[in-house]
Parts: sequence; C-alpha cells; structure tokens
Amino acid sequence: MFLVSLLLASIAVFAFMSVLPGDPAQVALGVQADPEAVAQMRARFGTDRPLVVQYLDWVGGLPTGDFGTSYVTQAVIGPQIVDRFLVTLWLVATGMVIAVVIAVPVGVVAAVRHREPSGALLSGASQVGIAIPNFLAGMLLIAVFAVHWRVFPAGGWTPPVDDPQRFLRGLVLPAVSLGLVQAAVLARYVRSAVLDVLRQDFIRTARAKGLGPYRALVRHGMRNAAIPVVTVLGLQLATLLIGAVVVERVFVIPGLGSLLLDGVANRDLLLVQGVVMVLVVAVLLVNYLVDLLYVVIDPRLRRGQ
Amino acid sequence: MDRPFSRVTALATAVLLSLAAACGAGQTADPQGGNGADGGEQEGTELTVGFAAEPANLDFTTTDGAAIPEALLVNVYEGLVKINQDGEIVPLLAESWEISDDRTVYDFRLREGVQFTNGEPFTAEDVKFSIERVQSDDWTVSLKAAMDVVESVEAVDDHHARVTLSEPSNRWLFQMTTRIGAMFSREGVDDLANEPIGTGPYMLDDWVRGDRIVLERNPDYWGDAPGIQTVTFRYFNDASALTNAMLSGGVDVIGTVQEPETLEQFESDEYQVIQGTTNGEVVLSFNNGREPLSDVRVRQAIKHAIDHEAVLETAWAGRGELIGSMVPPHDPWYEDLTGVYDHDPDRARELLEEADATDLQLAFRIPNLPYAVSSAQVVQSQLEEVGIRTKLDVLEFPARWLEVVFTNHNYDMSIIAHVEPRDIVTFGDPDYYWQYDNPEVQQMLDEADSAQEGRRDELMRDVARTIAEDAAADWLFLLPNLIVAAPDVDGLPTNRVGEAFDLTELTRG
Repeated sequence: MFLVSLLLASIAVFAFMSVLPGDPAQVALGVQADPEAVAQMRARFGTDRPLVVQYLDWVGGLPTGDFGTSYVTQAVIGPQIVDRFLVTLWLVATGMVIAVVIAVPVGVVAAVRHREPSGALLSGASQVGIAIPNFLAGMLLIAVFAVHWRVFPAGGWTPPVDDPQRFLRGLVLPAVSLGLVQAAVLARYVRSAVLDVLRQDFIRTARAKGLGPYRALVRHGMRNAAIPVVTVLGLQLATLLIGAVVVERVFVIPGLGSLLLDGVANRDLLLVQGVVMVLVVAVLLVNYLVDLLYVVIDPRLRRGQ
Repeated sequence: MDRPFSRVTALATAVLLSLAAACGAGQTADPQGGNGADGGEQEGTELTVGFAAEPANLDFTTTDGAAIPEALLVNVYEGLVKINQDGEIVPLLAESWEISDDRTVYDFRLREGVQFTNGEPFTAEDVKFSIERVQSDDWTVSLKAAMDVVESVEAVDDHHARVTLSEPSNRWLFQMTTRIGAMFSREGVDDLANEPIGTGPYMLDDWVRGDRIVLERNPDYWGDAPGIQTVTFRYFNDASALTNAMLSGGVDVIGTVQEPETLEQFESDEYQVIQGTTNGEVVLSFNNGREPLSDVRVRQAIKHAIDHEAVLETAWAGRGELIGSMVPPHDPWYEDLTGVYDHDPDRARELLEEADATDLQLAFRIPNLPYAVSSAQVVQSQLEEVGIRTKLDVLEFPARWLEVVFTNHNYDMSIIAHVEPRDIVTFGDPDYYWQYDNPEVQQMLDEADSAQEGRRDELMRDVARTIAEDAAADWLFLLPNLIVAAPDVDGLPTNRVGEAFDLTELTRG
C-alpha cells in the first residue's frame, strides 16, 4: 500500500511539474539568452529527452536516495533536502510541543468548566486563535518582540551545533507562531473529546464512587479522550509541515518550505519533485505512526489484531 | 484541588518556565552576534549586509542573475580593470595598458606579486586561460558573447598579456569590468558553484544556502587590506523581513532597498540613507515588430499619455530619477532627454486619430514584480484617459514572463527593469524582444564601438536621442541605488555603476 501510494505520488508530481509552463534552461540563462544557448542548456539538463525517459530516469534513482542534480545550484539534491528538512523538523517539532503543552490543559479545563464563564472564555479564546493565520501571528510577534522590544531576532537561522543559544533564540518566534495557531485548533478537539468522555457511564460511576472531576478524568477518561486527539495530532503534523512553508518565508528560515518555493520559481524540476516526495513520505509515515499509537493507547485494539 | 491535576499543572509550569529561561538567557547576548564588539582598529570588525535575492550558486559562468557578481565580483574575483564611481575604467590586476593605433591590440602590464587564494601565482597565462575559457563551452551565460571579438590572447611574458581583437571595440574593454573579465586560476575552476577562487581582497568563508554568505579578509591580498574583517551577506526573500531585520539589528546595511515606501522610518539619527543612481532602467517596452505598435505615431501617443512623475511616485515612492532614454546619468554620453515627450494627453489623442487607431486594445503582459505591477496600474489608467484600452496580464517571473514575452514576443507592451550596464546596445539587435529594427541605429552603434572616445560619446548620444525620438520604448524611471545603513558605516557606494557591491572601501568606526 505504502509503495503504491509513493508510485502514484511520483507520477502525479512529475506530471504536474511537466505541464507547469516555463523552461528551466531559459530561467537559468536569463534575459540576455539566445535560442542556441537555451538549446545547449536543455541538452545539459536533459530536459530535451522524452518525458517517459526523464520520468524513468528520475524515479529509478529514488529507491537509492538519488534525487538527481539540481539545475540551479548544480549540487546533488539528496543532501540539500536532508539539510533543509532537519531545519523544518526542528521548527515543526517545537511548534508541536508548544501546541500540545498549551492545548491539553486549556482543552481539559474548558471541558470540565464548560458551564462556567472561565470555560467559555477559554473556548472563545481558542476560537479567535483558529481565525489567525500563522503568517499573521508571525508578523505580529516580529513587530512586538523583534522590532519593538528587540528580545528575539526578526528572522534568520543558526544551526544548533554552531551556537545553541542563538539557535534557541531564533527558534522561539517562528515556533510560537506555528504552535499558537495549532494549539488553538487542538484545544477545541481536546475540549470536545473530554466533554464526550465526561458524559460516559464509567465517569459517572467514578464520580459516584467519590472521585473529583479532574481525578475521575485523569484516572478513567484520559486514554479514551486521547484516541481522537491523537488522530487530529497526526493530521496537524501534516498541516504544520505545510504551515512551515509560510512561516519559513516570514522568518527567512532556510527550511524545506523555502527550498520548495525557490525551486518552483526557478523551475528547478528535479528539486521540487524531490521535496514533494519527501513530504509525501513524511505524511505517510506520520499516519503509520498514528496507527501504531492507537494500539499503545487502547488495549482493546491489541486483542483485535 | 486533587493531586493528579496539580502534577499536570506542575509539569506544564515546568515546561513553560524552562522555555522562558531559555529565552531569557539569550536576552543579554548581542542581537547582532557581536558586530564590531571589540571596537578595535580593524581586526575583528564585522558587517552584515542584507539583500533580497540569493545567488542560486556561486558560478556566474553558467548561471545568470545579478546576485552572484553582486557578492563576488571585485570582492573575491578581480579583473584586469574595474569601473569607478564616475563610470571610468581604472586599473586593477593590470597596472596599465596600451592600445595600438588601429585599436585592435591591447598590451596589458600585469601587477606583480599577485596570487590566487589557492596559492597559485597570477600570471599572463591565467589571463589567456580566463579569456579563452569565456569563449569555450564552459561558459554558458549569454554575456559571454561580448568576448567573441577577441581573436587571440598571448602571454608575452609572465607579466605581459597581449589581447588581439578582430576589430576595434570600445565595448570590449568595458565588458572586461563585468563578470566576463574575472580572472580565474587554472587550478581553481573545478567546483565554481561552491568554491570561488580569485585574487580579491576577500575569500569565501562560509555559505549557508538560503541564509547567508560569509566573506573573510584574504590575508595574502596584494593591495591594501579592506577595512572590514568579516562581511556577511544575508538574503531575505521577503522585503518586509529585510526591513524588520534592519529595525531589529539583524543587519547593519540594507544593500538594496526593495520597499522604498518604508524609508520614512529610517529617517533619523539612528540610520543613514543613501540615494544614488543604478543601471536599472525601468522600461515600458513596446513590441515594435507587430501591429499596432509598429506605427510610430501610436508609440508616440503612448509616451505623451504618460505622466512619468505620477508613475515614479506610485511605483517607487518618488525615489529615483526620470530618464528620457536608455542611459543612466553616470554614463559618459548621458544627456537629459526627459523633455522629448512631455505629458500631453491632447497631443496623444491627435496622434491616435492621425494613425487611425482610436479603438486600441493592447496586450499588456508584465512580470509579477512589485514595481512592474504598481507602474502598470498607473500606466493603464493614464492610457485609458486617451482612449487606449489595455488588457493587463501579470505573468510569473522569471519562468512565464521569459517564455511569453521575452522568447515568443507574444505581447504589445511590458514593463521590466533592464539592469545590465550600457544595455542601450540591445536597440541595435533587431531580434531582441522589443523587435526594434532601425539600420541607422545599428550602424551608429557599430561605428561607436570602434571610434575614439570623443567621437564614441557623440555617436552614443545620437543613438540615445534617436531611439527616444523614434519612441522605440518608454522609459518610466531609473531605479535608484537606495541603501540604509547604521550611522557608523562609511564608504558605501553612492552609485551602483558596475555589477559588484564593492566592499573594498567600507569601514566602521
């Protein structure tokens, strides 16, 4: 199944990039180029060959991690994608942690107090959070914390091995702008999952035995509430990868997203295809992990296997 | 409250606190990463310059685009000659040169004691190697055509190179100040995309793709050491990100301001703003090769219909200069031609009537670049006033625009900045995308190329005037050289006359 999805994805990506108007050779040569030079460049890139040959040549290299050589940077694509992907992973992972750390307590409290003003306030706040796109959150954070107070840099990237402290400082604003919006979305799901669980018979029984609302929830409800939340988390990871494309642009971070956008602009076909394939693999893997997690969380599913 | 919940609270609090601590710990650090921290004489001085477009790679022999020579020319690679602030050609690796009476043989006396950063000495053999390499298939950028006129290169001795041209060409020596004149080491061209090796005052220290290029002073440089030890070029795809970086101390200099409307916030003692000229003519190009713009009266009508002041005000916040032809003011043959076509809508309507072109619908195909889009909207509404309707198509740049407009000539009007130095010669090429075929202009350009300097300037002035009067294109404005910098940075170039962002004159203090 996994392989079939990959194969279909590779055909789709390749077909899309082939119909995209614009010639990579012409773009590389710019506004003074004569037709002869463009033809020469095409031969050099191999874009003058039949599409089927180009596709087979490209897809044949993928299993061994050979993504080809970029038209623009003239460097091997594989290592470039790995470098950029690590950057994006840092961003997404930190964003995810921030989202979970905020969303779970907020969602739980909002559910338990759903009849009280404080609960309504929390769910109202998360509603507002959902409405803010993460690039806007990023721009607001920059305006306040980078330009006005100068607490954090407005953008840029320092690899963690170069200077861990600068790395952390640079990570805060982009990760928060990614995480805050996701936290708002996630909090809504946590709230409704917890509300569902609170209405269950076993919680009523637990309360009847004399447990307080939070204690009953933690002891008997958390695992049950976790299943829908983990599903959403999996979906959100995919959203975060995409959201990172925009946030990387706002914060000038050299991640997979900026690589993808520059690749499209320069018609760096092989590079774009490579990046998209990596994203496809990542999303499929996340889904697979979520399936595994279900079993860990819910013992009943183990018996089913 | 019960114990389990407090555990959750405690955990959450701990995570938040540690996050806050990590952030707080950084607060004391210098946000600019210790720029010029020691304040010493010259050692250790640092400077961070922000630009918009990042080089795709470091090899300008096969990849076009202004960003590569902007960072590397003059700073890392040097040519025999370079261009100074007044547009004059001055010695660099050549101490002097002599031109034969028939203006075809150039004898260059080379500087002694120069070496490449790979340790190889620079000799006349490298001159021969570098020039012949431009003519070979190793170079693919179209600029290489300027080297076609070279018939032979001879290394007379180690420090004497003789270049013979097939015909006299003033343009050739000028082109030697651009990237095609860069001198390469015979042992240093294996990985130009990643490893530039030149004779310049700086060498590549670090390159983080998508973020920055770091240049370090070359300890073995033949000339005076430049004032700044470490220069970092940082690249911002997003113009407001660059502005924010300047406001928050992330860069010390904005090398090219992309959003001139943001300049007001830099007009204080905390910053300096420099405004000069560039080679970037923003051209409203006409397709001279097809109806209806093949009719000179229609082209003239368009020029009369446009209020250039208004275009400049809208498109570039009024910063920049109006030009009447394809010549920036720092070129030796500049002449003010802005008066040739004044803003006169009535005259425009008359001309259209004469040409029997009262119901025009033009394909106005522009790139999706901010200045082009905002200029086009003003132009569109002004043309509307004299009765010319336009269909505005915004094409993705570079890929789509290059294909539709530049290569297939499928357009009536477009707008784009032509940034190459002395690119007026494109009006002598009838196949260029503006399809302007005027034998008189072609002949004057040819003659100017082989003439003595005084005569050349006279001929070039005539060319500029002819294409202006003939309405071969309309020149909306000249992009200004706009730089914002911290007040302690000195030696920034007022005018951008060549391709390089010349770092050699910069100091801090």
